[in-house]
Amino acid sequence: MAESQYSFSLTTFSPSGKLVQIEYALNAVAAGATSLGISATDGVVIATEKKLPSALVDETTVQKIMTITPSIGVVYSGMGPDFRVLVRRARKTAQTYYQTYKEHIPVAQLVRETAAVMQEFTQTGGVRPFGVSLMMAGYDDNGPQLYQIDPSGSYFAWKASAIGKNMTNAKAFLEKRYSDEVGIEDAVHTALLTLKEGFEGQLSGSNIEVGVVGPNRSFKVLTEAEVNDYLQEVE
Amino acid sequence: MSIFSYNGAAIVAMAGKECVAIGSDLRFGVQMQTITCDTPKVFKIHDKLYLGLSGLLTDAQTLHQKLMFRHNLYKLREERDMKPSTFGHLLSNALYERRFGPYFAAPVVAGLEPDGTPFLCGMDTIGAIETAKDFMITGTSPESLYGMCESMWRPDMGPEELFETVAQCLMSGFDRDALAGWGAVIHVITKDKVISRTLKTRMD
Repeated sequence: MAESQYSFSLTTFSPSGKLVQIEYALNAVAAGATSLGISATDGVVIATEKKLPSALVDETTVQKIMTITPSIGVVYSGMGPDFRVLVRRARKTAQTYYQTYKEHIPVAQLVRETAAVMQEFTQTGGVRPFGVSLMMAGYDDNGPQLYQIDPSGSYFAWKASAIGKNMTNAKAFLEKRYSDEVGIEDAVHTALLTLKEGFEGQLSGSNIEVGVVGPNRSFKVLTEAEVNDYLQEVE
Repeated sequence: MSIFSYNGAAIVAMAGKECVAIGSDLRFGVQMQTITCDTPKVFKIHDKLYLGLSGLLTDAQTLHQKLMFRHNLYKLREERDMKPSTFGHLLSNALYERRFGPYFAAPVVAGLEPDGTPFLCGMDTIGAIETAKDFMITGTSPESLYGMCESMWRPDMGPEELFETVAQCLMSGFDRDALAGWGAVIHVITKDKVISRTLKTRMD
């Protein structure tokens, strides 16, 4: 196919106007474990499957949802190491903002800066795009917000969305289930049900990760016990 | 001759009940020579935030321009005005960035926070920030200005009273200062409006 002739150099457009490396990066994301986020009236929840390569892996050391600031958390689908690099950059951006303004960075600003980093890697020589899509969730003066950032650097605010392996089914499920009046507790339940749809096997606190930020503006990754409690409510 | 008394200035800012006032003299001089008497040293950043800068006038002007630049970009990105407390920290940071080649200016920030609370702060030339609930001054005759403000300030003054107090403190304060005076301008900032008044004083 003619496209593949242009797929070696990142910074070259293909005849159809695409940057093929970005398409391939999106493929890497679509092959990753499912992650989703739901924005409620009084908070945001993000969740992901924690698929480990073997039962021998110590799952307590694997962290897929990370805190960037006390009010903002992020989850990904795609390549873990790329995610860690972006988290590092985002944390530094947030801290620089705090040092200058003594104010916590608003969610939209952090999303913009992180997206700018991802875009940089689609236009610089000698680098490749990040193989992750991010779901950033936070609570600031503009209320609860949920953003998705793609390898190309484009970002969208969502009421609810999913990325990764099972995203089409998950998004269809969310479309049916979502309402503008949903509260944070219901949102967590819906998130768990959505994950359950595409999950092979039994959901438990040790093979999924859930992060929540409420009106207290404090982003927390739920403990295994807390996740199990929510799962019981959903059964 | 100190670099801080090359041009000369007197700036007073005071907090009242849900209002702040900030004023400065109008003299622009080069050492002993007075060039003009229409140069205020208080600059508007936005409707609820004013910045007074004493010291070397060229540095005061440049700092003002640089901060307007930063604030304009902030407004475009964040789609809101900067809070006075945030602005104070930004200014402090900007000054310290030049720790070993500083701007020879001493700022005073006066404004109203989004919830209507008055905000006052002052800094030295390298950004050591100090917030106050009553008044903040800077200039070439700090002792006179402090003395006046200390005696005349009272809590919870209304906009009219605040204006009178700032006017008296400023004028009596720069009376004995050869490098400041030649008229004054005072801005009183309240929730709905800013009233700016220019004062005719002894032209010496």
